[in-house]
Amino acid sequence: MFEGLDAILLARAQFAFTMSFHIIFPSFSIGLASYLAVLEALWLWTGREVFISLFNYWLKIFAVAFGMGVVSGIVMSYQFGTNWSAFADKTGPIIGPMMAYEVLTAFFLEAGFLGVMLFGLKRVGARLHFLATLMVATGTLISTFWILSANSWMQTPAGYAINAEGQFVAANWLEVIFNPSFPYRLVHMVLAAYLTTALVVGAVGAYHLLRDRQLAGPRMMFSMAMWMVSLVAPIQILAGDQHGLNTLKHQPAKVMAMEGHYQSHPNGAPLILLGLPDQAEAKVRYAIEVPKMSSLILKHSPNAPLAGLDTVPRNDWPPVPITFWSFRVMVGLGCLILGLGLLSLWLRWRGELYQSRLFHGIAMAMGPAGFIAVLAGWVTTETGRQPFTVFGLLRTVESVSPLAAPAVASSLIAFVIAYFVLFIAGVIYILRLMAVPPHPSEQGPRSDVPVRAAGITPAAGVAVEGAGV
Amino acid sequence: MSVSLDLATIWAFIIAFAVFVYIVMDGFDLGLGILFPLFPAKADRDVIMNSVAPVWDGNETWLVLGGGGMMAAFPLAYAVLMPALYTPVITMLLGLVFRGVAFEFRWRTRRERNLWDIAFAGGSLLAALAQGVALGAILQGVHVEGRHYGGGWWDWLTPFSILTGVALVIGYALLGATWLVMKTEGDLRERAYHLSWMFLIAMLGAIGLVSIVTPFLHVQYTQRWFSWPNVILTAPVPIAVAGISALLLRSLARKYDYQPFLLSLTLFGLSYAGLGISMYPYIVPQSITIWQAASPENSQSFMLFGVAVLIPLILGYTAWAYWVFRGKVNATSGFH
Ligand code: HDD
Ligand code: HEM
Ligand code: HEM
Repeated sequence: MFEGLDAILLARAQFAFTMSFHIIFPSFSIGLASYLAVLEALWLWTGREVFISLFNYWLKIFAVAFGMGVVSGIVMSYQFGTNWSAFADKTGPIIGPMMAYEVLTAFFLEAGFLGVMLFGLKRVGARLHFLATLMVATGTLISTFWILSANSWMQTPAGYAINAEGQFVAANWLEVIFNPSFPYRLVHMVLAAYLTTALVVGAVGAYHLLRDRQLAGPRMMFSMAMWMVSLVAPIQILAGDQHGLNTLKHQPAKVMAMEGHYQSHPNGAPLILLGLPDQAEAKVRYAIEVPKMSSLILKHSPNAPLAGLDTVPRNDWPPVPITFWSFRVMVGLGCLILGLGLLSLWLRWRGELYQSRLFHGIAMAMGPAGFIAVLAGWVTTETGRQPFTVFGLLRTVESVSPLAAPAVASSLIAFVIAYFVLFIAGVIYILRLMAVPPHPSEQGPRSDVPVRAAGITPAAGVAVEGAGV
Repeated sequence: MSVSLDLATIWAFIIAFAVFVYIVMDGFDLGLGILFPLFPAKADRDVIMNSVAPVWDGNETWLVLGGGGMMAAFPLAYAVLMPALYTPVITMLLGLVFRGVAFEFRWRTRRERNLWDIAFAGGSLLAALAQGVALGAILQGVHVEGRHYGGGWWDWLTPFSILTGVALVIGYALLGATWLVMKTEGDLRERAYHLSWMFLIAMLGAIGLVSIVTPFLHVQYTQRWFSWPNVILTAPVPIAVAGISALLLRSLARKYDYQPFLLSLTLFGLSYAGLGISMYPYIVPQSITIWQAASPENSQSFMLFGVAVLIPLILGYTAWAYWVFRGKVNATSGFH
């Protein structure tokens, strides 16, 4: 059955599939952890009921999403060894320490305080509990820092040397960690996580407002989410633009693929809005173009020359159609998200934010947009780096484990089946939690287990320490 | 058998430590899953789940440190062992995925709760078995060519690796049972005592069998354990195993609360030390030593700094989390 497919293609499919599954959950839990910290801080500060009920409401959803993020992440950390053992041998001295630091500084922090955050409010009091929430939120951000540093090093390697065994070794750790594309990628990804979460929170708020516009919880979350979207979307687009300029400098072939520029343009390159890239013929069919626009965006001058893939050896080309299309999906969604934010500002100004049914419908429809943009963004980044795993230095074909195709094929099938079952179940459970509105006496996770103590108030927790907040 | 204290040796101890902490922490956690089918009542299962729900994620993070740390400190060993253990590792990961999501999923549905209970029990059993099989496969040695694994994808499967797989399942079940003795009360605790007895006997049998077979796998193991003067160093291990087992039997007979769990952990520690004696200084038995596999010094020293500062901190707040959820768990008080 698998004679036609070689082990490399299967290993790539497996990595892409399991990674895409994993990233869905971090993009949500990074943002949600920060949102929960904000909600709890607001509760401690103002003592208002609505904040703790929103906190408990989203905490239950967080617990499910976080658990799925953790288990799919553990799979990722072992895949480097099982499927990419040559890569692990050669880059281990550089990628390995970064992942080890991620475990030591981030994963333990998240995991160590997660239990207290989920189940410990009544055991440790409000202040310590807030500390636990903060630690979990911080942990997710530290984790983002390290893993993106590792990934960025693979995109724009710096500060390394190559030893006698052919391994990459660090010549300068600061240059390795803060490699040229890392700051851009970090900012873009953290903003992406915040946007993704804001869109989900906004969609849930809108869903309940469509049923009842007076509910305090949904009004609050909808308003908070729309502020976040209007604020972050423009910054994200700006960050994406800067990210692209950085990529042009360090990975020009990737930008050529994103732009669909098979040919060089000595005096002003057009911006191809849509079209069908044809890798074999090396041209974009049915292209809809804006003349000179690409040079204007990338070089800030309409007539600046721009090189195309014809300047790159053919066996170093990325798969243009995938990179081209995923980039357009991301940018298109970025523009739609910006539109949503602007619309919310307009309606807020007119005092109709909680009234417009049409707008609530739009916000609901945009709920999954962040996830799709994140996936599209990663596909752009990763396929645009091909055919290398370490850009320009280590080819994907030289990275793979010496495994027979049937071994990889069976594990791929197992992952596909398992992940589909889990994904469907997880999404159903999360949607079910989202389908009921938050109510004033909202309980945290495990609300169906009998509870002795009554709900805790910040005043009670704080009173122990004496002074008020 | 002399041990010199260079960077590679220090890292070998750090990785060994991480793996041991993992075995200790996730061992009882997986053990609870293995025991799940023996506690069919929903109320009991709720208590069992709740006794680890706040800490399971932290327990599993040690596995990530073991794997990630190995890629960082001994990339060659990681690159050889992972493809060699392809099937057991993937099986373990899938098992961990299913049992991990069950912690939340089973509370979110009434209709499919039984399904997630099966996922929890089955996933735990599969993960434990796969870990034991992987251990056996490492001990019996893997085929290395140059810097790559050179064998086939079924080489790991032998009677010996099955034996170590079953042995680890039994051992984890013992840890789980004694954990329940410590964390529960009433009828549930009574049954946990009973199970502790059974699994202790089985575990002693398994330790005996593995100890008898291992020296015959390779001459190195035989010499390590039985040649003079090594015997002076190795003989205390089996003697200590006998002593601890006696104490453990006594603590079960007298129905102590904490001792059975702590003594079971000691038993694990001794078996683990025995393994270390067999393997050192090889990280891939008979073919790659820790020095051959070590990553360059500046990678190892870069991480050593972090380990020295962070591991104590991690142990500190992990202990705090266990402290917060100390005491007996029952159906009405829970943590909630
Ligand atoms: C942008 C952020 C990001 C990216 C690109 C990745 N992860 Fe991740 N990962 C996280 C952000 C994150 C997180 C926020 O820290 C998680 C996600 C949800 C969660 O529960 O923790 C997590 C969990 C998580 C865990 C479980 C941690 C635990 O035991 O608590 C592991 C082992 C990994 N990841 C490993 C990886 C690997 C090997 C990746 C790349 C190949 C990777 N992650 C990409
Ligand atoms: C988090 C989001 C990520 C997503 C969605 C993602 C997605 C992908 C995809 C789709 C590919 C396949 C490209 C192709 O074969 O054409 C790929 C390749 C790869 N990625 Fe990522 N990736 C992510 C993050 C990372 C990170 C953080 C690392 C490393 C630290 C990484 C390491 C790799 C490697 C080694 C490959 C090469 C194997 C291959 O070609 O499939 N990825 N990734
Ligand atoms: C509309 C404006 C946007 C622009 C111009 C833009 C630009 C870019 C570029 C150029 C890359 C590839 C960088 C590289 O690999 O070298 C990228 C990657 C990515 N984008 Fe965007 N982006 C935009 C919107 C968004 C939105 C709205 C999201 C998510 C909510 C998003 C999420 C991502 C992610 C997750 C990646 C992969 C990680 C990375 O390389 O940073 N982007 N983006």
